[in-house]
Amino acid sequence: MLKGTPFHPRTSALNETHSWRRWSGYLAAGSYELTHEREYWAIRNSAALFDVSPLFKYHLSGPDAETLLNRVVTRDIRRLAVGQVYYTPWCDSHGKVIDDGTVSRLDAQRFRLTSAEPNYRWLCLNAVGLNVHIEDVSEQIAALALQGPKSRLILDSISSPPITNLKYFRLAHTRIAGLPVTVSRTGYTGDLGYELWCEARDAVALWDALMEAGHDHGITPAGILALDVARVEAGLLLLDVDYVSAHKAVIEAQKSSPFELNLGWTVNLDKPNFVGKKALLEEKARGPAWRFVGLEIEWPSLERLFLEEGLPPQLPNVTVRASVPISSMGRQVGYASSSTWSPLLKKYIALAHVEAAHAQPGNLLMYEIMVQHKHRYTPARVVELPFFNPERKKA
Amino acid sequence: MANIYDTIVIGAGHNGLTAAAYLAKAGQRVLVLERRSVVGGSVVTEEVWPGFRVDTVQHRGELRAEVVRELNLMQHGLPPTRVGGLCALQPDGDALTLSPDIPTSVQSIARFSKADAEKWPRFVKQMDLIAGFLKEVYAHTFPRVPKVDPAEAPVLAQLGLKLRGLGRKEMMEALRILPMSLTELLDEWFESDALKGAVGARGVHGLCQGSLSAGTALLLLHHWANSNGLFQSTVSGGVGQMTQALARAAQAYGAEIRTGAEVAQICVSDGRATGVRLASGDEIPARRVVSAADPRRTFLRLVGPLELDPEFVWAVQNIKLRGCVAKVHFALDSLPEFRGAAGRALHGTIVVAPSLLYLERAYDAAKYGGLSEQPYLEITIPSLTDPSLAPPGKHVMSVHVQYAAYRGETDDWRSEIERRVIATLSLYSPNLQSLISHLHVLTPRDLEREYALTEGNLYHGEMMLDQILFMRPVPGWSQYRTPIEGLWLCGPGVHPGGGVSGMPGRNAARQILKG
Amino acid sequence: MPNTYDALIIGGGHNGLVHAAYLARAGKKVVVLEKRHLVGGAAVTEEIYPGFKFTEFSYVVSLLRPEIIRDLQLPKHGLTILPLPSTFTPLPNGDYLATWDDHDKTRREIARHSLKDAEAYDEYSRQMARMAMAVKPILGMIPPDPTALSPKDLFGLAKLGGHAASLSEKDFYNLAKLMTMSAADLLDEWFETEALKGTKSASGIIGTFLGPRSPGTAYVLLHHYMGEIDGVFRAWGFAKGGTGGISNAIANAARALGAEIRLNAPVAQIIVKNGRAVGVALESGEEIYAKYVSSSLDPKRTFLKLTDPKHLPADFVEAIRRYKIRGSSGKVNLALSGLPNFTALPGEGALHRGAISISPSVDYLERAYDDAKYGRFSRRPYIDCIIPSMIDPDMAPPGQHVMSCFVQYAPFAHEGGWDDAKREAFGDAVVDTLAEYAPNLKSLILYRQVLVPPDIERITGLTEGNIFAGELALHQLFFLRPVPGYTNYRTPIANLWQCGSGTHPGGGIMGASGRLAALELLKDWK
Repeated sequence: MLKGTPFHPRTSALNETHSWRRWSGYLAAGSYELTHEREYWAIRNSAALFDVSPLFKYHLSGPDAETLLNRVVTRDIRRLAVGQVYYTPWCDSHGKVIDDGTVSRLDAQRFRLTSAEPNYRWLCLNAVGLNVHIEDVSEQIAALALQGPKSRLILDSISSPPITNLKYFRLAHTRIAGLPVTVSRTGYTGDLGYELWCEARDAVALWDALMEAGHDHGITPAGILALDVARVEAGLLLLDVDYVSAHKAVIEAQKSSPFELNLGWTVNLDKPNFVGKKALLEEKARGPAWRFVGLEIEWPSLERLFLEEGLPPQLPNVTVRASVPISSMGRQVGYASSSTWSPLLKKYIALAHVEAAHAQPGNLLMYEIMVQHKHRYTPARVVELPFFNPERKKA
Repeated sequence: MANIYDTIVIGAGHNGLTAAAYLAKAGQRVLVLERRSVVGGSVVTEEVWPGFRVDTVQHRGELRAEVVRELNLMQHGLPPTRVGGLCALQPDGDALTLSPDIPTSVQSIARFSKADAEKWPRFVKQMDLIAGFLKEVYAHTFPRVPKVDPAEAPVLAQLGLKLRGLGRKEMMEALRILPMSLTELLDEWFESDALKGAVGARGVHGLCQGSLSAGTALLLLHHWANSNGLFQSTVSGGVGQMTQALARAAQAYGAEIRTGAEVAQICVSDGRATGVRLASGDEIPARRVVSAADPRRTFLRLVGPLELDPEFVWAVQNIKLRGCVAKVHFALDSLPEFRGAAGRALHGTIVVAPSLLYLERAYDAAKYGGLSEQPYLEITIPSLTDPSLAPPGKHVMSVHVQYAAYRGETDDWRSEIERRVIATLSLYSPNLQSLISHLHVLTPRDLEREYALTEGNLYHGEMMLDQILFMRPVPGWSQYRTPIEGLWLCGPGVHPGGGVSGMPGRNAARQILKG
Repeated sequence: MPNTYDALIIGGGHNGLVHAAYLARAGKKVVVLEKRHLVGGAAVTEEIYPGFKFTEFSYVVSLLRPEIIRDLQLPKHGLTILPLPSTFTPLPNGDYLATWDDHDKTRREIARHSLKDAEAYDEYSRQMARMAMAVKPILGMIPPDPTALSPKDLFGLAKLGGHAASLSEKDFYNLAKLMTMSAADLLDEWFETEALKGTKSASGIIGTFLGPRSPGTAYVLLHHYMGEIDGVFRAWGFAKGGTGGISNAIANAARALGAEIRLNAPVAQIIVKNGRAVGVALESGEEIYAKYVSSSLDPKRTFLKLTDPKHLPADFVEAIRRYKIRGSSGKVNLALSGLPNFTALPGEGALHRGAISISPSVDYLERAYDDAKYGRFSRRPYIDCIIPSMIDPDMAPPGQHVMSCFVQYAPFAHEGGWDDAKREAFGDAVVDTLAEYAPNLKSLILYRQVLVPPDIERITGLTEGNIFAGELALHQLFFLRPVPGYTNYRTPIANLWQCGSGTHPGGGIMGASGRLAALELLKDWK
């Protein structure tokens, strides 16, 4: 049996589709309603509530906790203030990304790390000789994401103290409905939003409190399908979809460095030795071979391809998590790893790996598309990520 | 920084000193740092009791001829070595005496088995042949595989030719024998338990495996290669004379040796070794650091895991170093009587390993972290050949005891080892107990504490099939270099491994000089 | 001469049958001579107790080469391989450790014992799969003679060297380690859970006379990952109808291709004339002639029993004598009136459809080995059980079951020799050990068949009852199997070939030896 998350009593009652996705061995709703459209719009228009408990969560504590994290991740954890959160990837010794997640400094010597895949063993391998306690708290801690323009309003109404002034990528310890909850201003939608962390036993009460407080503001439980659209708009990576963990890759070509994933900004090469530093220094000097870019498929051309067959444009109604060839002058120069119709931007957009020489914004590349069972190519333009970046995200 | 040292060598054991001497001879400014108050490492002769000088750890062995010649060790006071015989005591009061002289051995073996006696010369010849090939392999840095560096291709080709040069049949035999167990190998040749035990003991000497474990034939051949045969050499004045001569040679070439100088840390900056910090707090910069300490100690304690990749740290943690040897030294009022053996038979090495099964039974205990009830013993009485090692009429006797598994050691082991060793020896030497005036036990933990042998392992890494050649000390780092630029290894933890030969130190120095 | 064939194959085990089928497929007139009343050798299913079909000797299939299944169209001839997806190890403390057919379920189960191991298990499995990929081409290669200077051997060596050089350094080193380490040491690098190390290392000792701490045992672990990379079936499978089902399918295929199979035709001697094998004499006195004679029997039987030594070079005979073929395992087959109920996980469940392994720790296996190395059967043995009737309901009457227990160690050369009393004592040790974990077992037993190495030798002809027709020790692999210089399926006698498990790549229901030998023989056909 797959497990339900701590919110399962509530999410299962709401799930009209009864179609569960598997997420790290847990049941996760694809969408609660029969289509995910309303759930998507809640993210951009009101507030969407996601159960993100299946994330892996680790507590690292002790005098060397900072040293351990600084050894593992690419960002400089010495600069992470108490109450601050970093998004960061981490690499193997060859500078290839293993996983990505957030590091929160809960205390001078206490951190929380989230990840997509299990990382306990990797942390232990790196902790040899260090005085640090590593605890897997994945099952003890339940997590929700409240994302959307109304999320602050909803939280403020029930959080004590209020989180009105909580800055982007900061966290606060509050009480909601009398329950201790850690709120971080983080998320996976590229919108104004928060993530809430509580003890598993308090999960249902927290859910109820949020749903009640959000009722008049349009709070909507949302599933993975809606989230997938929003995160592509926000240009955010998904492990196993947009890249393969260096630990799982069978061949070198499957691995990616942070530079190749548009995460160069997270790599601090000035800090002391960390895993992959040497390789990353070398890569930085010679320049990455690949780039991770946004692609906007040119609509008129796409429309024309379909019209030639006498069809209106037909696009998948969910985010495509499959590799799509990208070419230039008849030669394949990359592949899109996530493609989606953006209901907000009214564009078909994709996250793509392309050879560095073709990664200049404005470049025109060809995106493969199936039109009436035929392989066709349609022009797509390289654009800066993210596709959508509202001011309210950081404001 | 004009007068900065070219090289700091950590540890003045025989390999550290060898490397230092070669580097100094090549004109480098070398400093050797030794944590103990005496040089020698585990090849050392110490006055344990007034008037008694004891080979405390290694009690036999000889440096490879190349080392002796190239460093002019004879001129620096290396006494001539003498190859001794092997006397295998038997529970029935008999003793099998083997010696480098083949007819003498054949005669002695014939008392146990005529068939075995007949096969002995052929056996020795075959072992010599294969060990001769190993010696050739040991004389070089092992080439990088599987993608061979063109610069190293000649070495590989040379070794390939040497292997083919054994002849088609012997080459196949060499390949077939190396992964075998001692029991499989020796059962193919011999029927006498006494002979198989005496020979087989060398194949588990210093190794936490039994005579039935695959790959033990390899260690027999390894020792065979290092001592030019089954027989081990004695040095007048004790094994420490070898390291004394090495120290004098190194100094004569200009190396500086500092004792009582424990290195606490190898300083690393941006992935480069820059010198060392002593336990006293002093920092000594150098262009290069060469460690004769074992790889586990070097990387995890002296460098520290933070400077290394986690996969490398994992590989170093996985180096098998399971110490299983204890030492017991005796000061004796007079020469004990041994049943079945007397006179010159006692001058060489005396062994209690009456059969391969005896060795296997002794190993059984170690397998579960214990102490053999009836241990395998290798005994030397150096005062027989050099009376100056003990007061007139008295004797000093050293016993290598197997098995005592490091991982299971408890506080009462010192007395337990003493009890079991005396009980076992008394089966062969009834008057021994009455002659003991002093006794000194070194447990695996003592060896670790006193001689910096991690887990008490004499060879800085077990000599097993998966820890030799290009896999020693860890796969990918077999050429004396390390992931830290400017840090090199030169102890027995690297190719060609443990025992007294000086080859790891020599090969490392030569590789360093190649740059 | 009516009794003349193109090729004659001694032994109707799976390798002999595969060999015959490939030769028949090439249009040769082939006869297989089997001493028993049924084909299969050690891969047979027999109704020893009315209504209960016992997979008497070998009981699972993991390695049968997919190319053989395709080439011989075995599914058409009745081969159905069903998955055997899980392993369940009950523990003395009342708990258990299992690996199931689902990744998340397995991860959670192992994490109950050790979080670190749960993650290491994934990486370990990935690495073993990579190693299997690296080794696979070697298994399909005819071993070159490294001492020979013939162009063919040099080409083979170059191919081998090229293959090694094509591996990444990391893979090469891991492979080198795998070839030389002990199973216990390898698993110690990865895991901390005793039961996991015990159960995994057990697959490294199957068919060997070594304990899990002896070097050389890690390599055998790899065999368990071979099936997975082919993507044909899971690592472990169970053939419908038992392993006899495989033999029958291959026999049917061979017959369909025109091969003749003669049962109850034990061979007494290989007839050699002018240094050339020309046929065989049966025990009945009948003589059968053929252009080529291939023996699928183990090398000791072929060369020391069926061949007059005067036809063989003395050092070859000596090498065959030295060939290690110590039997170390026994089989206990049970007819049961119901399902055993395991205290650690009561009731009927998925565990009954997979392997049940009595291997709580490496030390447990080592102690089992300690008994055997001093010449006694293990008082508390390693046992690998499956309940075939849970996978294929035709194996037993409805509601009743057969249980196949592979047991190690049972030395061929038991102290004082094997007799009925010792055989029963061995059976008792097995049942008593199992009953500690499934107390109702004893009350369910309707019939018990106990097979110790001498029984296996007597029935199947495998010398010393060694299930791999020669131990899978490092010095008996690749260009050393069975003896140096004769690893290309040829023998010192012209026209006499070997095609059994005693040749490269050997061991297990793989069929590769029979196939490779046939392809090599066809290349050489004059």
